[in-house]
Amino acid sequence: MNLVIFIFIVLLGFTSYYFGRKKAYSIQATNTRLTALPQFYGYYLAIWCAIPAFIIYSLWAIFEPSIVKLIILSDYSNQGYLDDELNLIYEKTKSLSRGQFSGEITPYLETSAEKYLNLRSIAQNSKVVLILAIIIASIVYGYKRISSNNRTREPVEKFLNAVLFTASLAAILTTIGIVFSLIFQTIDFFKVIPLFDFIFGTHWYPAKAFVRDASEPLDPSMYSDTFGAVPIFAGTFFIALIAMCVAIPIGLMSGIYLAEYASTKVRQYAKPLIEILAGIPTVVYGFFAALTVGPFLKDIGTAMGLEVSAESALAAGGVMGIMIIPFISSLSDDVITSVPQGLRDGSYAMGATKSETIKKVIFPAALPGIVGSILLGVSRAVGETMIVVMASGLAANLTFNPLESTSTITAQIVVILIGDQAFGDPKTQAAFALGMTLFLVTLSLNIFALRVVKKYREKYE
Amino acid sequence: MNKNKEKLLDSRYRAEKRFQFYGKSAIFLALLFLTIFIFKIFSTGYTAFQKTWLIVPVTFDAETMYLDENPSKEDLKDADYFDLALQTMFDLDKSASEKQQNDLKRMVSYFFEREIKRELLNDPSLIGKTKDVYLTASDDLDQVFKGNYPRDLPEDQRRVTDYQLKIFDQLVEQGRVESKFNLSFFTYPDSREAELAGIASSFMGSIFSILVCLVIAFPVAVLAAIYLEEFAPKNRFTDFIEVNINNLAAVPSIVFGLLGLGILLAVFQLPRSTPLVGGITLSLMTLPTIIIACRASLKAVPPSIREAALAMGASKMQTTMHHTVPLSMPGTLSGTIIGLAQALGETAPLILIGMVAFVNTIPGSPLDPAASLPVQIYIWAESAERGFVEKVSACIMVLLGFLIIMNLFAQIIRHKFEKKWS
Repeated sequence: MNLVIFIFIVLLGFTSYYFGRKKAYSIQATNTRLTALPQFYGYYLAIWCAIPAFIIYSLWAIFEPSIVKLIILSDYSNQGYLDDELNLIYEKTKSLSRGQFSGEITPYLETSAEKYLNLRSIAQNSKVVLILAIIIASIVYGYKRISSNNRTREPVEKFLNAVLFTASLAAILTTIGIVFSLIFQTIDFFKVIPLFDFIFGTHWYPAKAFVRDASEPLDPSMYSDTFGAVPIFAGTFFIALIAMCVAIPIGLMSGIYLAEYASTKVRQYAKPLIEILAGIPTVVYGFFAALTVGPFLKDIGTAMGLEVSAESALAAGGVMGIMIIPFISSLSDDVITSVPQGLRDGSYAMGATKSETIKKVIFPAALPGIVGSILLGVSRAVGETMIVVMASGLAANLTFNPLESTSTITAQIVVILIGDQAFGDPKTQAAFALGMTLFLVTLSLNIFALRVVKKYREKYE
Repeated sequence: MNKNKEKLLDSRYRAEKRFQFYGKSAIFLALLFLTIFIFKIFSTGYTAFQKTWLIVPVTFDAETMYLDENPSKEDLKDADYFDLALQTMFDLDKSASEKQQNDLKRMVSYFFEREIKRELLNDPSLIGKTKDVYLTASDDLDQVFKGNYPRDLPEDQRRVTDYQLKIFDQLVEQGRVESKFNLSFFTYPDSREAELAGIASSFMGSIFSILVCLVIAFPVAVLAAIYLEEFAPKNRFTDFIEVNINNLAAVPSIVFGLLGLGILLAVFQLPRSTPLVGGITLSLMTLPTIIIACRASLKAVPPSIREAALAMGASKMQTTMHHTVPLSMPGTLSGTIIGLAQALGETAPLILIGMVAFVNTIPGSPLDPAASLPVQIYIWAESAERGFVEKVSACIMVLLGFLIIMNLFAQIIRHKFEKKWS
């Protein structure tokens, strides 16, 4: 039904465009000069037709359920029910009215369900009537306003401008959404677990914090020594370090080679091929690390008499490093290419070889940009999820042995939130607190990296 | 003195050679990783496109199916095929003990009943006759036939029993085992049994998520880019929006998953595990990518176009909508496709909003629970059964195939339609 109304409004918008334009043509036919192109009259009428109706439509969709709920539950208001019980009654009423209720049907529920259906149909009908009335009123108003001496281009363009502006707010809204989704759960979490324990505690066993019975009061002492994040912070840092040990030398050297030595032909083929590495989904890397690299390292280790876990930090970090190679190589390639030719020429003129020029002149000049690209790579490594989830362990060991398994922030978020979640439970909230940490860390890394790169660009532009 | 100089020069040249060698080997290493990677996926995955069938003679005995004489089509549909199917398998070895009979039954998938039923429904005149019917082999025998199964392990360490292997080898000798193209991999939904698991459900889930993502992200991103590039005044607020966009582009994807969970599921009460929520989450991730691509291609339209339009009396809005934006479309579209390709490969946020639930139906709309291709890879990779390893690789091949097609498409749009301004 809602879809029908929606399509109806859209179709009406299109037809009113046609009628608006037609009226403009007929005015034009009487040799009167129009103040705008005929299309604008069409747009004008279409906006008048559709927008008020859409506003009512969406307001209705937002407020109808809560108002209906309020009316239904007003019957139960003086009987001393708790909020949760009232919600349950409402859910029961809804499922009964759909005929899907399988519990005990009390007379109260039955009357409520009847009332619910009644209200819904009243609401539905009055919505249709109201929207129709609005459409008719606004079309009539708009149609009357269309005349030769009335300006239509300016309002239409103002409207479009407002639409464009609203769209550009989407990015801000997303950021606000991220912060809001994280912050409340995080604050709730720190009400139970002291911030100090979280940052400096060395035991992370979220499995210990089993889902608690909601009726029992929360006992913070139950969670002492459960949510100490040091092992996973260390694990995150450690795996990122391994990844960067693979990615920085290979990425940087291939970036330098592509920028300074490679012939156009090599560059033309090698660069996109390396960038394929960045386009492969991370879950594929995860599978590769878990199926191939992990067992391979284990076999080598066993041959050398070392104890290697099949889910070692080395496997996850190494594969993650391969994934990050193209980020570093492309960015440093760009940075090196944009070093002014004059610096090179000056160095060659002094008799330096190409590699000496690169090492002593170009590299220092490009250093800020290269540092920026490495920082962006680090931020990738810290935020990478699937490789760690699939290839490294899920238990948070506090270790710096690359042959053992360890866990990261991202992996712990997945471990906690996979399956059913109970909001309001410290275990779930812990995942959000970790998410907040991750968000803040990567955000500051990015801001810092972008600032470094930007400063560097200004220097040579 | 001169000798010293030469020596120095020599070592400098050697340093030069060494440096070049490092560069070459770095590129070589990167490409080597890529090659190993692709080789590994293909070599483990290509066998999944073949499926092993056992060709078993079925005697369509009316009595075993509890059918009366001259059954109607409806009777055939409602008939009990299970006993017939069991009998068929038991007939492979008439002297089998009870335990061995159980082994015999487990040589085929649990769809064997349905496969026999389909045969009879296609040709009702088969009643009372015997016909060879293709039955899907169990995933372990499938792996045995493909040579991926370690047959020489001691019996208690593998799931295939010696007895099953004996019967299977007899069937192979009689030419009663055949390998055919595995169509069911593309048409079946997910299943706990590797031999019956297909990608249809996750494929549809991916398609729906991407469509939702496109419908939301594309218009919003293009409108935002137009505003920021063409209309926005240069002030603090606009700068703030730009900083926001650049940062969003680098926020880890799992944070968007938390956003989906904390806002879309918890506050707006949208249905869990559905491509709708997945698509909205992905669209928020793709938004910055498309905005950045669209702005870059708007920037590439030369100012002379705008000036010419303005000089002809077009308003700013008309100039933008009729000239600048159409000219920037190729770049925007290719950026959009690349953004969608990224979204298609995304896993972590979808796991958080519950798209990992086991779904054994093919979703018909974005409101039905579903998985997506990368999530399917994750689910299968986590299961222990041997038969799933090749399925994962095959699923990866399908996913990579799609990504390659999308990226090629983006390249073609860019090269074919983009105007070169010189």
